[in-house]
Amino acid sequence: MSAPPMLEIRGLKKYFGPIRAVEDVSFQVAKGEVLGFLGPNGAGKSTTMKMITGFLAPTAGTAIVCGHDVETDPIAAKKRIGYLPEGAPAYPDMTPAAFLDFVGAIRGFDGAERADRVALAVDRAQLAGVLHQPIDTLSKGFKRRVGLAQALLHDPDVLILDEPTDGLDPNQKHEVRELIRRISPEKAIVISTHILEEVDAICSRAIVIARGRVLADGTPEALEKRSRWHHAVSVVTAAGEVPRLKALWNAHPAVAEFEVAEGEEGLAMLTAFPRGGAPMLAELGRIAREAGVRIDEIREERGRLDEVFRDITTKAA
Amino acid sequence: MRNVLFIFKRELGGYFATPVAYVFLVIFLVLASVFTFYLGNFFERGQADLQAFFNFHPWLYLFLIPAISMRLWSEERRSGTIELFLTLPISIGQAVLGKFLAAWAFVGIALVLTFPIWITVNVLGEPDNGIVLAGYIGSLMMAAGYLAIGACVSAITKSQVIAFVVAAAACFVFTVSGTPMVLAFFAGWAPQGVVEAIAGFSFLTHFAAISRGVIDLRDVVYFVSLVAAFLFANAALVELKKAG
Repeated sequence: MSAPPMLEIRGLKKYFGPIRAVEDVSFQVAKGEVLGFLGPNGAGKSTTMKMITGFLAPTAGTAIVCGHDVETDPIAAKKRIGYLPEGAPAYPDMTPAAFLDFVGAIRGFDGAERADRVALAVDRAQLAGVLHQPIDTLSKGFKRRVGLAQALLHDPDVLILDEPTDGLDPNQKHEVRELIRRISPEKAIVISTHILEEVDAICSRAIVIARGRVLADGTPEALEKRSRWHHAVSVVTAAGEVPRLKALWNAHPAVAEFEVAEGEEGLAMLTAFPRGGAPMLAELGRIAREAGVRIDEIREERGRLDEVFRDITTKAA
Repeated sequence: MRNVLFIFKRELGGYFATPVAYVFLVIFLVLASVFTFYLGNFFERGQADLQAFFNFHPWLYLFLIPAISMRLWSEERRSGTIELFLTLPISIGQAVLGKFLAAWAFVGIALVLTFPIWITVNVLGEPDNGIVLAGYIGSLMMAAGYLAIGACVSAITKSQVIAFVVAAAACFVFTVSGTPMVLAFFAGWAPQGVVEAIAGFSFLTHFAAISRGVIDLRDVVYFVSLVAAFLFANAALVELKKAG
């Protein structure tokens, strides 16, 4: 990438006494990227985000937001960031209207412009119906959206969203993902999540961290390739055909191992896992057809992110 | 300065968004009246002044001001809004000042609402209203001192109860440090200079002169520097908490 990254994390470390919450995390996020920040609970995701946004002081390292160092020039950096903290905190006694007006004022907008900004954020987060109810009385989903509206209000270059869809129903999740997708070309976005389908849905890149370290960094597709399910071939057939098919396929050098799952009505599913992850659907399909094996369904599996995730985060122990 | 104003407005609005403000105002006004008319023997003294009213302010503030200041930072920490607040593009100084001024303005409102007592004394006699005004100014300055101590304590903890109790205790020390109870404790062994310094920290001593209508520069300097010192400590504590 030729353009300088909008967000650059350099060797962030955070120790709380003897606890090493974050141990040397570095990465860059360019304009247009949506970075999924993955990791088990307690991996250091939120702590890293708190350091990027200037809420926590790092033990070592720093974050550069659009050229502004969070440590030495915090106010300039904070102006460029929209941040949704974990749990989407907001002043419970205020109404969303008053709360967004306050944030707009602090963000430096006046009069008509502030009203326009608030109106746009309200529209984007779909808050119109609850604008004048105390935030205290809102459902979890609405609170989350108030937090999102607040983060988007000033149209920031860098968005840091800590579990933005947590607590939302499937429709709301879809809305939020659409929103993120819509605004992503102009921004650098970091989303922490433990929902892996979300990574597939909106992220252009994923970072896996555990115990405060970056363990993997790549596109969701690249991560999926690490899965043993990547390019595996599954076939649904009569249970009686399984041994014959197994024998036929086993002769093929690309096949490493099999798994069989018994189904209903005398059907079974046979899955062949590849050696080295090369595609083999066409080959195996041809072998089965030529031998006249009954096949009800045949398909190529995708890599499974959850499995890769488990693999990466538990192996490091 | 703009940011201080916005924070000030939000905080002051926050007091009135809940019953806290109304409960506080009612209790403050009732207690102020009770103290003035019963304990202070306002009528029996037969004098057209508000000494009986102002004399009890240190004791009223002692437990009512920590009730105002306890939420300033503790509440933000408990509810997590501090993470939102401190990641806005504001300096810690602005945050500290905005919050303090809002709490101070709230006390100011409570003081203004004691005007019926001022009317009463003007109906009954002919008080020196200059002295009354000085009393109000002194009371407001003393409130600022208590508030700054309370705000500073509130920055340490996310428990409002702890913030209240510790602030009340700290305020008590500052209130009574000029009384024989404290001074006798030090007089036996500490050098004279130390004893005088401790006495010099007393809110009671500094307030007593002002409430009699004498606005001495030394008393003003005392309260202003006390407030500045505790607000500075407040900002330092908030900054320190960033380290985790």
